[in-house]
Amino acid sequence: MSIIELKNIRKSFGPIEVIHDISFSVKKGEVVCIIGPSGSGKSTLLRCINGLETYQGGEIRVHGDRVDTASKSIRHIRTRVAMVFQRFNLFPHMTALENVAEGPIYVKKEPREKALEHARELLTRVGLAAKADSYPPQLSGGQQQRVAIARALGMQPDAILFDEPTSALDPELVGEVLAVMRSLAAEGMTMVVVTHEMGFAREVADRVLFLDGGVLVEQGPPEEVLSRPQNPRTQDFLRRVLEA
Amino acid sequence: MSHFFEQAPGYLPILMQGVYLTVLVTIGAFVLATVLGLVWASMRVSGIAPLAFTASTIIIIVRGIPGMVILFYIYFVMPDLGLSLTAVQAAIIGLGIAYSPYMAEVFRSGIEAIDRGQTEAALSIGMGWGLLMRRIILPQAIRVALPPYGSTMIMLLKDSSLASTITVAELSLQGKLLASSTFENTIIFTLVAFIYLAMSLPLTAFNSWLERRLGKSR
Ligand SMILES: Nc1ncnc2c1ncn2[C@@H]1O[C@H](COP(=O)(O)OP(=O)(O)OP(=O)(O)O)[C@@H](O)[C@H]1O
Ligand SMILES: [Mg+2]
Repeated sequence: MSIIELKNIRKSFGPIEVIHDISFSVKKGEVVCIIGPSGSGKSTLLRCINGLETYQGGEIRVHGDRVDTASKSIRHIRTRVAMVFQRFNLFPHMTALENVAEGPIYVKKEPREKALEHARELLTRVGLAAKADSYPPQLSGGQQQRVAIARALGMQPDAILFDEPTSALDPELVGEVLAVMRSLAAEGMTMVVVTHEMGFAREVADRVLFLDGGVLVEQGPPEEVLSRPQNPRTQDFLRRVLEA
Repeated sequence: MSHFFEQAPGYLPILMQGVYLTVLVTIGAFVLATVLGLVWASMRVSGIAPLAFTASTIIIIVRGIPGMVILFYIYFVMPDLGLSLTAVQAAIIGLGIAYSPYMAEVFRSGIEAIDRGQTEAALSIGMGWGLLMRRIILPQAIRVALPPYGSTMIMLLKDSSLASTITVAELSLQGKLLASSTFENTIIFTLVAFIYLAMSLPLTAFNSWLERRLGKSR
């Protein structure tokens, strides 16, 4: 059963179309990695899924509900599909624990004690039990991103969208975040991950999508797309990435 | 110098009546300017074009007119339109209006200083506009806006002397009246200056304490 379904999506900024007729779906428990050069529309596509961007053509459905930023249902959809950002976007005036409990308490109206207890469990799960009372500026980038993942998990979502979750990190901090994501994948979390980490994609993804110039050029299992790409544009991109 | 200390205490009670009106006008105008400023600022960041346009227009008009003229307008022109106010009421309303654009800018710059990522993160956990403002944007915007907010209060304290132009016997006018009847210009205006300073220094100190405190926690 598909949790996320995109059909013939078109998206323009003003007169310029940046997503051209993209369709794909994500099944429960699936990990889909989206790769592609800078400016190819990866972030934009991801942001359309939880309604941070509007789209002009086609239809996105989450659990069958149409994603429509103008509709009231968008808030409910966003609680079902969480998002992890490249720059973490933690709330700097709240502790790590409060960041994780914020959505459950104020959006899902869970009892405070229960939400805080659950938030503590989630911080333990991402290896940050000791940092529960730290404020984001006191944490390293890797720690902040793990709190952000815990915040996403706090909503008990059906799927999590990751937009280049390790791109803003110093190289030595990338591993700890990927490790958490790996364990989520192993536990069956549905994930859509925009990433430049080819190793992660190869190892964890069930399917890899290659985007170029707003077009979904090629998709398939990682061993096909990453090892035996059919399309010359994919081949070209992978050659440049591997050389770098 | 000894003359000063002999004479000054005698004038203080009369000047204190002026202090009372100065504080009254300052606080009244500050509250009104804050409320109006919040209204203008919310209209400007509402994302609703007619509201944003109306607020910008009001801000441009009010900012382009001297505070004294606004006071004259409210005190001398309003009665012709059937609205009579006491001088103190007119001073509070006039200064409150005159200062509202600065307040609006203080609040707006506070709100706009908050990174867009904060809004996106809040939306992505299902928050609506109300929760976003109350839980995420305003608590952070207040930290940014507090120092300029405090400076505005000090400016308003000093500009409350404008109320003297519409007959409010606040500190500066009280001093002027006293000086012209006693000819003790030096003593009285020195006293007046010190009293203003005595009121603004604690505000300044409180302000820089706030700035240090808020600076630390981020
Ligand atoms: N808010 C915006 N307004 C106008 N154009 C935009 C906006 N956001 C993105 N674009 C354009 O849309 C295209 C796709 O951008 P997008 O950020 O989705 O690319 P990306 O694949 O995520 O790139 P990167 O790897 O650099 O993050 C680009 O040409 C970009 O310039
Ligand atoms: Mg991007």
